[in-house]
Amino acid sequence: MINEGKIKLADILLVEDNPGDVRLAKEALKESKLLNKLYQVEDGIKAMAFLRQEGEYSDVPRPDLVLLDLNLPRKNGREVLAEIKADETLKRIPVVVLTVSRAEEDVLKSYNLHANCYISKPFDMEQFVKVVKSIENFWFSIVKLPPPGDK
Amino acid sequence: MNTEDKGEPFDILLVEDNPGDAKLALEALKVGRLRYEAHVVEDGKQAISFLRREGEYADAPRPDIILLDFNLPKKDGQQVLAEIKEDENLKCIPVVVFTVSKADEEILRAYDLRANCYITKPADIEQLFKIVRSIEDFWLTIVKLPA
Repeated sequence: MINEGKIKLADILLVEDNPGDVRLAKEALKESKLLNKLYQVEDGIKAMAFLRQEGEYSDVPRPDLVLLDLNLPRKNGREVLAEIKADETLKRIPVVVLTVSRAEEDVLKSYNLHANCYISKPFDMEQFVKVVKSIENFWFSIVKLPPPGDK
Repeated sequence: MNTEDKGEPFDILLVEDNPGDAKLALEALKVGRLRYEAHVVEDGKQAISFLRREGEYADAPRPDIILLDFNLPKKDGQQVLAEIKEDENLKCIPVVVFTVSKADEEILRAYDLRANCYITKPADIEQLFKIVRSIEDFWLTIVKLPA
């Protein structure tokens, strides 16, 4: 994945086990003006293997942004978040928690674990697509992400 | 601070020593649709006092979000960020670093210190307005903030 050119391809890792939400997120990002590549894994163990480029993920890029569901099989999103943010080589990657939960406890816990932001998934499909587009627009056109190639 | 969904205004803490930039940011927020109360402090020491409700800030509200310049007198923005993110009571408050520097080193440092995001302050006024509005839209309408 060569990102050195003028056109930066945004690599996004979606950690999500719900196929409907995956499909909607893909659609939302496909309509984007921004060049992006969406990678998806459906559980917490795979998410960590992807981020650490282990096993079948040895050739994947380090993502620029992680969209993380909290309710995941095998290893839940809180553990994934805690591991990312405790790992010296991964902690800089912005993690957007994107989950159905609206519970204050989940929100607070996520920020305390240094989630970069917490977003409740809207139930409405159109709203969900809008939120994914907002995330992409904010993180890739407004924010300055950690520069690549720093490892 | 668990009433924001019922229409309580958001409290924004702007840590900015340049009066021109502070004024512009406040104007940009004012034209927004959201109800908010902005509090401005102009150095790092004041920022920490405000957050810890010390001295003249005994009655200060807990901000919902912090916009933090990195170049500050008395205590610089990196130090302020580090203190916020190491403080069990404060670390959940989102900190948007909003500063002039585009240097990779500063950006990395900010994320290492657990800034929630890093945004470069544009020199152009129209751009600045646009960026402040984007911050407001994203953080106050899309994101769920800690109560």
